[in-house]
Amino acid sequence: MKSHVLRPLFVVIFLLIAGLIVRHFLIPDGFGTHERGYMYGWHNKNDEQFWKNFPVKYKSSDYCNDCHNDKHSSIMRTPHAIIQCENCHGPALGHPDSPPKLPIDRSRAQCLRCHYPLPYPTSGRQKIKSVDPDEHNPGTECSSCHDPHNPDLEGIKS
Amino acid sequence: MNRRDFLKYSAKGIAGLTLPLSTIEIVSPGEIFADKGSGTRWVFLVDTYKCTGCGLCVKACKLENEVPYEANVTRTWVERYVLTKDGKVWADTPKGARDGFITNKIDLGEGRFQDIKNEDIQKAFFVPKLCNQCEYPPCVQVCPVGATYQAADGVVLVDRNWCIGCGYCIMACPYGVRFFHPVYKVAEKCNFCYHRINKGLKTACVQACPFGARMIGNIRDPEDPVSKVIRNGRVGVIKDEFGTMPQVYYIGLSREVV
Repeated sequence: MKSHVLRPLFVVIFLLIAGLIVRHFLIPDGFGTHERGYMYGWHNKNDEQFWKNFPVKYKSSDYCNDCHNDKHSSIMRTPHAIIQCENCHGPALGHPDSPPKLPIDRSRAQCLRCHYPLPYPTSGRQKIKSVDPDEHNPGTECSSCHDPHNPDLEGIKS
Repeated sequence: MNRRDFLKYSAKGIAGLTLPLSTIEIVSPGEIFADKGSGTRWVFLVDTYKCTGCGLCVKACKLENEVPYEANVTRTWVERYVLTKDGKVWADTPKGARDGFITNKIDLGEGRFQDIKNEDIQKAFFVPKLCNQCEYPPCVQVCPVGATYQAADGVVLVDRNWCIGCGYCIMACPYGVRFFHPVYKVAEKCNFCYHRINKGLKTACVQACPFGARMIGNIRDPEDPVSKVIRNGRVGVIKDEFGTMPQVYYIGLSREVV
């Protein structure tokens, strides 16, 4: 056969081989179909480790209890026992080394998340005591009178 | 064609005609339970009766998973549904309920609010939303580069190094769970706090919830309390008709929830 007929074939074969070589270096080793098959599982296996190694920031109240046992045991005797320390004090990652102190959310908005009056008959919200923030000492931090660690009225600050 | 062949083909034809009926399938957690391929299949259970809309789960999720706090994107959110006596349905989720619901006005968007009188309310409740980690995730199907995928334990993850940010998956998700990460410029989604559940911890939202409205478990473990509720209790899923087999189950789901 004449060479001008074969030449495009050689070009195609060369491009194919070049493409395969480039592909080999570009695609990471972990790529494959893996457990969930081609449609749902085609991915780089190494990426699963990236998500497993993501830092944990919320350590839970048990972690706080190791040092702040007094505070922890006192709040456990109140209706606020169900609230995690970190919900108001922020995530404890690195504490007590860095940051040595955790910022406390004392805002009225933080208390109103649960204690704003929403009369919703089919939600758990209805069972929580509430105040109208526009009438109940507006502009004052709740914690200046109430103790969030002892929210019952006998725990009120004088 | 002889009689034997005629009967064979007829039987096959009828079987073929009835096949599409099997695709109209209702919630079948037992199917996921029975497939004991690997040891773990993560599922989520939400009790909407217990949710009070405090939004502490959303706050914890954003901080735990480094989702920019002020950006109006979030991996999980809480929706408020208010049904009035005249049959209207009002729903909102201001900032994804990151700061809870501290007004009884419904946020209609674009700075407009709807005032609803207390005596007009027929029923009202909160519905936490998060990724359903579907058994057949459409977001994974449409990814053109293999950047999003389902791990063996059912959780759908996004490879941040491989995602090209085309946004197909964001469009494909029937639940609107996915969004564009403003910092990494890739698709972002809830992954059941993959780093936490693999260390034996609960997800950040489950841990932060004071009322036990959110629960996570392994449906393939017969002793798992969440697995028991899903298999034996009365639970529902959102948008079952899409056939994606979502794995976030709800107690007290209402018809109005979409």
